[in-house]
Amino acid sequence: MEQSWRQAKSIFFTLLSAPLVWLVLFFMVPLGIVWLYSFGQNEGLVGIAFTGTWANYQNAFSPLYLNIFLKSFFIAGITTLLCLIIGFPVAMAITFAPERWKPWLLLLIMLPFWTNLLIRTYALIAVLRTKGFVNMGLETIHNGLNAVTGGAMGTFEPLMLLNNNFAVVFGLVFVNLPFMVLPLYSALDRLDRSLLEASLDLGAGHIRTLFNVIVPMAGAGIASGVLITFIPALGSYLTPDLLGGPDSQMIANVIESQFKRANNWPFGAALSFLLVYLTFIAIAIQGVFEARARRRTA
Amino acid sequence: MTDAVVNSPAVKPRKMPPGPLEYLKRWPIQAWLVVVTIFLYAPLISMMVFSFNSTRSTTVWKGFSLKYYEQALHNDSLLVAFGNSLTIALFSTILSVVVGAMAAIVLWRFRFAGKTLFDGALAVPIVVPEICMGVGMLVFFAKVLPWPVGLPWPFNLGAIIIAHVSFSFPFVAVVVRARLGSFNRELEEAAKDLGASEFRALMDVVIPHIQPSLIAGALLAFTLSLDDFVITFFTAGPDTVTFPVKVYSMVRFSVTPEVNAASTILIVVTVLLTFLALKFQGSSALTAGHDGGAGEKK
Repeated sequence: MEQSWRQAKSIFFTLLSAPLVWLVLFFMVPLGIVWLYSFGQNEGLVGIAFTGTWANYQNAFSPLYLNIFLKSFFIAGITTLLCLIIGFPVAMAITFAPERWKPWLLLLIMLPFWTNLLIRTYALIAVLRTKGFVNMGLETIHNGLNAVTGGAMGTFEPLMLLNNNFAVVFGLVFVNLPFMVLPLYSALDRLDRSLLEASLDLGAGHIRTLFNVIVPMAGAGIASGVLITFIPALGSYLTPDLLGGPDSQMIANVIESQFKRANNWPFGAALSFLLVYLTFIAIAIQGVFEARARRRTA
Repeated sequence: MTDAVVNSPAVKPRKMPPGPLEYLKRWPIQAWLVVVTIFLYAPLISMMVFSFNSTRSTTVWKGFSLKYYEQALHNDSLLVAFGNSLTIALFSTILSVVVGAMAAIVLWRFRFAGKTLFDGALAVPIVVPEICMGVGMLVFFAKVLPWPVGLPWPFNLGAIIIAHVSFSFPFVAVVVRARLGSFNRELEEAAKDLGASEFRALMDVVIPHIQPSLIAGALLAFTLSLDDFVITFFTAGPDTVTFPVKVYSMVRFSVTPEVNAASTILIVVTVLLTFLALKFQGSSALTAGHDGGAGEKK
């Protein structure tokens, strides 16, 4: 049973003090200032005046930036969908694997996740660029076909795989896939297997069992996987920065340039907080899904 | 009886068709797993392999050589950055473990007004987009707490250490709380009955129980700190460059095996740390904070 804090005041306050002070001073205050800045405007070269203006938010909804928001949404959405499609069979395989294999299969998926994001993104450059591994492989196949058909294929044109939106989505799927597999696995692992077996026994195929039994039962877990993938994808900075082209800027890149190059902190602050609000909205939606699922099982 | 016959070793197991839920034994799923594994590992492994290349190319193999490791080890700014990263990770880990464990214990042990609020607020640093936290830190250390320039080591890294603790300690709190869930509160009560003070009972009974999670949390905090790019990028000054920030600037300039060599060293360090974490907390350390609560269900 939990103790009331009054029973051991000194120890309670000692334990609470450090985390609370740290959280407030070094997390809430910095974000709070950014929030205040989002209602301010530049004054002179370095000063920022809190004028309570909504101009920064208005500016954020101008077509140029609205477009970037929509594009970020679209890229994060496609990434999440691809992660779901790629990750679901993987999660299924791990869930129904023999018990002693499970930790190893999980490790297989999670190990890349623990290596540095920057390094993983950098590694993709060698794969995707004009003279990268994919194009080298394609060229070999192409030359092989040419040798067989006597040059009917013409000269090899390397695919432009880097510095465009394709590279950004590819990179985001690459770095975020483990985020998707884990929650899916933990949701599927909690399913009552006898129900799946019953469905298969009674003549439903695997696909039908998937959509009529597994998806409704594991809905909350799937929603949480979608959320856990979507949020970092939406706010990703490094992947579009390193792999994207001039038209692949996402919100985070615009925020960075407002703070570093353009030196328009109030506007960058407004964009940051729009991103924070979007994150919270996504979490709230997921909470609704979870509550609904809990009501159904209760 | 028939079951015993089927399961006896005399019958070759290969003749058994896969059970209805043994997805891992079906070839489409196996093929899918292989493709996903290649997708996740091939870029990283090829990057590591080409760190041993003897020419500048990171895609065409010309022969084995260690010269890029030599170059990386003689690159002073790279070494300073590496040292900075390790120092930051060390201090941030110590602080994160202390603060995170305090948060976990206070939430596990006490009832108090605002508990839900504190609990929820602790989760915010985990979900807030990195870029937003990064700009928060940038603004905070520019306007509220300007970090003095030219402090002696390690105090010059203070701002980055503070930022790293802010995003690491909530993760430590998650790991420690999962472990506290399995603690038998009666043990602590017994200690108090036998005359131990609140403080003694905490230090001699609770802390030894959560020790594995403290180690796992420490390794997690260390890896998070070593990995972070975005938040450090916004907090670091010109004389406090960390390893990822340095690698980022190298990647922007040129893609050479030297970057591959430096990255390979970091990957090896991280993989070793991951295995250590696994050793101390089993697979739940692998998934801390990212498994939708599966680690807590035990």
